[in-house]
Amino acid sequence: MLISLEEVRHVARLARLDLDEAEVMALQGELSALLGHFADIQAIDASMIEPQSHAVALRNVWDADVVRPGLTRDQVLRNSALTKAGLFVVPTIIED
Amino acid sequence: MPTELTAAELGLRLARREFSAVEVAQSYLDRIARLDSHYDAFLTVDPEWTLAQAQAAQALLDRGEGGPLTGVPIAVKDNMSTEGVATTCGSKILEGYVPPFDATVIARLKEVGMPILGKTNLDEFAMGGSTEYSAFKPTRNPWDTGRSPGGSSGGSAAAVCASLTPLGLGSDTGGSIRQPASLCGVVGFKPTYGRVSRYGLVAFGSSLDQIGPLARTVEDAALVAATISGHDGRDSTSLPNSAIHIDDLKSGRLKGLKAALPRELFSDALQPGVRSVLDETIATLTKEGVEFGEVDIPSIEFGVSTYYIIGPCEASSNLGRFDGVRFGPRAEADESGHVGMVERTRGRLFGKEVIRRIMIGTYALSAGYYDAYYVRAQQVRTMMRQEFDAVFRDYDLVLSPTSPVVAFKIGELSNDTLALKLTDLCTIPVNMGGYPAISLNGGFAEGLPVGVQLIGPTMADERVLQTAWCVEKALPDATRKPPMP
Repeated sequence: MLISLEEVRHVARLARLDLDEAEVMALQGELSALLGHFADIQAIDASMIEPQSHAVALRNVWDADVVRPGLTRDQVLRNSALTKAGLFVVPTIIED
Repeated sequence: MPTELTAAELGLRLARREFSAVEVAQSYLDRIARLDSHYDAFLTVDPEWTLAQAQAAQALLDRGEGGPLTGVPIAVKDNMSTEGVATTCGSKILEGYVPPFDATVIARLKEVGMPILGKTNLDEFAMGGSTEYSAFKPTRNPWDTGRSPGGSSGGSAAAVCASLTPLGLGSDTGGSIRQPASLCGVVGFKPTYGRVSRYGLVAFGSSLDQIGPLARTVEDAALVAATISGHDGRDSTSLPNSAIHIDDLKSGRLKGLKAALPRELFSDALQPGVRSVLDETIATLTKEGVEFGEVDIPSIEFGVSTYYIIGPCEASSNLGRFDGVRFGPRAEADESGHVGMVERTRGRLFGKEVIRRIMIGTYALSAGYYDAYYVRAQQVRTMMRQEFDAVFRDYDLVLSPTSPVVAFKIGELSNDTLALKLTDLCTIPVNMGGYPAISLNGGFAEGLPVGVQLIGPTMADERVLQTAWCVEKALPDATRKPPMP
């Protein structure tokens, strides 16, 4: 296995995914198989090649500074499972 | 019957008042109601919404303000935002989500009066190649309902194939328009990255995603491409002067055209039936005057690895917004607080393939692995681009199979995730370079369609469409339809 169970749990925490033990075990095998497949690109000499993040490079995309209508607060909140007084409700983040 | 016509013919006859836009929309809605239980191509159909749009289209026609597709209906993949109509991305995490805005492509369809028939099925968040990873249901291939239509735009491809709609929109990150077009025997076109706005397309791999049409003929696909393309200030990757012009669609010629055949895309990975159809297509086109030459594009071999790093890295970031707070259902809060609520919402509502991709992307971007995976994949992306650009200095186009395999049985590959990923071999390099490419039906292997892919250089969308129009005329089976139940 190219990735340990502890690493799978660590990555799941980074990705904010609550997984049960059966899922962690399955992912260990699946991710190891994929990482094994990636060995092909690690073997090539790419030291002189610039990495490319986009297919069609655009630089300095500016937009006119014009006020346009946006969504209303009601439209923004309408899809939330829990709102109150015009705000999204989340569990307590800062303790007293 | 209006449902037997191509979109181009339908548009002409609507303009001549032979049908009304409402009659056309109604005849397609009736067909969907009668037949979609065989295919499960649609996730949402809302006749009231469609007919209201058809009335608006008829008003345009009545005022003489219609264009070539005014009144012609279209089906849209369910990862494009439609104001007031559910947009699920095939995921439980967006169940019940109703967007407060239209994607730019939807706004353009409405402007020209193209009524939307419904939202079509897809692999969850467009991650997959079979439409089996939809959280709601698999879609079935109209050529053989025991088989997959491909994916991820499998709902739109199957709907076009079964004449449940004259036209469809899909999105293509690693082949998700072209591969289902190939497996369903229809036309699928991915424009140059940046020619169609991604505003309102729920993002998967932002540097790769591109919206494009599925249709029964090249002309129909070209008409949609011309309708939805063009610069959009709301997408910062939208190219200037990006409108696709199709006035010269039918003035291309095959004689003297130089087409490259990359050896890496004609490898042993091809099924023998796929190879025969490609051989016959090449022979036919040679007779028409196309000059073929074999070339090497060695980095194609690394395409699958490169794609399954870059795509998931971008997805792991893009899907961070699904936290249960602003949209979709959420898990109950408990003593684990906010983070626990977010983790349970995501862990329970994302499907297995989406979780795999978020995990691989998060791993590849994490400290200590970033250079080995993400940066390396971006370097290979540069190599691939340089090799393709070198081929385009000597050739007008590249020709290849769209998929190494014909439609596979439902369930055959869904548990073998690597085998399923290898079916993207021929389509991935196109997204890496942002090139325009089209798939059209080359013929049949054991009764199942085999797609031929034409790839052009950046911004040569017009050349790709013109050539495809000529190729379609030269191939006897290009627009054959499946038997209907």
